[in-house]
Formats: sequence, C-alpha cells, structure tokens
Amino acid sequence: MSTQAHTHDDSHGGAGVYVKTLIALLILTVITVGASYIDFGSGNIVIALFIATIKASLVALFFMHLRSEKPVNGVIACAGFLFLGIFLMFCFIDQDSRKDPHPTNLPPLITTPPPPGMPAPMPLAPGEGR
Amino acid sequence: MGTSAIDLHGHPEQDPHGHPPGHAHGDDPHHQHHFATMEQQFDTSKIGMWLFLATEVLLFGGLFVGFGLMQNRYPQEFLEAHEHLQRPLGALNTVVLLISSFTMVMGVLSAQRSDKKKLVMYLILTIICACIFLTVKYFEYSHKFEEHLLPPRWYHAQPTDTVRDATGKVSPGYGTFFAFYFMMTGLHGFHILIGIILLAWIAVRANRGEFSKNYYTPVDLIGLYWHLVDLIWIYLFPLYYLIK
Repeated sequence: MSTQAHTHDDSHGGAGVYVKTLIALLILTVITVGASYIDFGSGNIVIALFIATIKASLVALFFMHLRSEKPVNGVIACAGFLFLGIFLMFCFIDQDSRKDPHPTNLPPLITTPPPPGMPAPMPLAPGEGR
Repeated sequence: MGTSAIDLHGHPEQDPHGHPPGHAHGDDPHHQHHFATMEQQFDTSKIGMWLFLATEVLLFGGLFVGFGLMQNRYPQEFLEAHEHLQRPLGALNTVVLLISSFTMVMGVLSAQRSDKKKLVMYLILTIICACIFLTVKYFEYSHKFEEHLLPPRWYHAQPTDTVRDATGKVSPGYGTFFAFYFMMTGLHGFHILIGIILLAWIAVRANRGEFSKNYYTPVDLIGLYWHLVDLIWIYLFPLYYLIK
C-alpha cells in the first residue's frame, strides 16, 4: 500500500519533535523580549533579528518539514529569501550613498527637548534624527 | 487511472510501488488522471505551494525593505513612535501564533495517522488561537485610533514627539512609522483572516471524513500557509515592538 504516509509520517519524528520545537520557540521569545529591555546600543537590532532568524529557521525546518522535505522545496524557499536579500542590499547601498535624504521642499527638522515631566530623548549622533 | 502499459509520459510499465499499470494506486478517488502516482500528485501540489510562499515572502519583503529605509531616515522618530506600541500585547500575540503553529502541525500529524477526531480538534484549536490573535490586534488598533497614532495625514502630534521643524510641526517620520505599522500588521492580519476561512473549510471537510493517511494534501498545504503567516510575525514582532 503506497500512501503519502509512508514517506511523510514518522520521518518527521512525530509529536515529540513538535513539542520540543514549540518549547524552543517560546524560550527564544522570552529571550528576545528580555534582551529588548537591556541597552546594547546598535546591537539590539542585530540580536533581535538574529533570534528572529533562529525562530524562523526552527519553524521552517520542523513545522514546515523542510528538514525532511524534497530538496526542490528548500531551493524554492531559499530563492525567495535570496532575492529579498538582493533587493534589500541594493536599496540600502542606494540610501547610504545619499548625503541627506530629507526632502528639500520641506523645512529642516530640529530636535526639541520634551516638555517637563516627559522622559528626555536619547542624544542624537550628528546627521541623525532628520 | 486509465494509464496504458506504455503511456505518453514515458512512465515505466510498473510504477515504483509495484502496482500493475492501469491500477496506479488503486481506485483512490482523489487521484487525478494526469498524475502517474498519488505521490507525484502530492509532490506537485507541494512545489506549487512553496512557489506561492516564495511570492508571499517577496510581497512582505518589499514592505520590510521600505520599513528599513524609513527607519534609517527617521531613526529618532521611529524610536519614539514605537514606545506607543504595547509590548506585552505584541509578546502575547507572538506566543498565541507560535502555539497555533504547533496545533496546526499536530493537526497535519493527526491527518497522516488518519485520526479524524484529533485532526478536527487541532484545526479548531488553531482557529481559536487565530481568533485570539485578531482580538488582541483589535484592542491594539482601537488604542491607536483613539490616540490618533495614524499615518502622516491623520497623525496628531504627541507631547513626547521631539523632532519638529522651526514652526513646531512634527516630523513626518512619526506618521510614517504608523503608516508602515498599519500596512504591515494589516496585511498580516488579512492573511490571518484568510487562514481562518481556509482552516474552517478544512475542518468541515475533515469532519466529513475526507482526509486520511492516503489523502491529506489540503491539510498539509494550508498548514504550510499557516506556518508562513507565523514566520512573518516572527520578524514583524521584533522590528515593530522591540526596536531600540
């Protein structure tokens, strides 16, 4: 009897693997929320995206079965992210090559101190906050 | 069905599973005649689904790139604007979606084991999680509407907004943050809504006993879709709620 089951069922490892994956995902969520309360400067965004990528990989490999899937599906999935990476890279190269992206037909922006009682804003590096 | 001994697609007389020609995988009513085997039919559906998911990655990817560019242009405004988002609600929704992904994959496993009762139960649990997600989102959205934390045209300046021009008008960066926020979480919420409809459809079919280990393709494919929706939220959550 040939069924979908004999190639797809227990090759995934069954319920135990899914429970472990869920626990790992929940722990990583706690870590990423916890890390956001600590100030690592520009490291925060890197840490947040790194943990998000681990979580996304866990979902893709175990919940979406890419681990035991036919390679062609993995290639398609990776191709999606590859082209997204190219898109992202060239957009940022373009942005970084511009001196001041603020539209010239708008008045220049200045950072004003908040009214008393409000938390002070973080200091700006030169060229930031416009 | 109806495959002759030497068919036009060059399939061998005996398929890999030892079925005699003309009886490829018995009389499974789900077996469409243009596929040699049920397995080929299943794999073809899967490739189609993965191609669709790749286009979804690019659809959301464009918005992520736009968000990144604007974040780069208005870092201070984005930092101040994100303080208006309720981090505990975002974290709650993350947990709810992760659990719904788990119940979905358990549903697929139940289908693979022909366990109709559990399949229906897990599908209903997934739908409940999706509804919790949308309810939380509703409370978040209504909070923002009340405070006029909206795209630039409707944005009302908050006392905490520090980036202004010489006349005191706030920077367009604040509204831009909320324009992206509503566009991306809105598109994501729309995907959740579609997911609920698809899951309900699958649950009704499952209840009729249409799925078994011999045929569960729709359950598997909608599972893939559901995991992708979860995967997108995994990136949305830190970018909106946790940026520093």
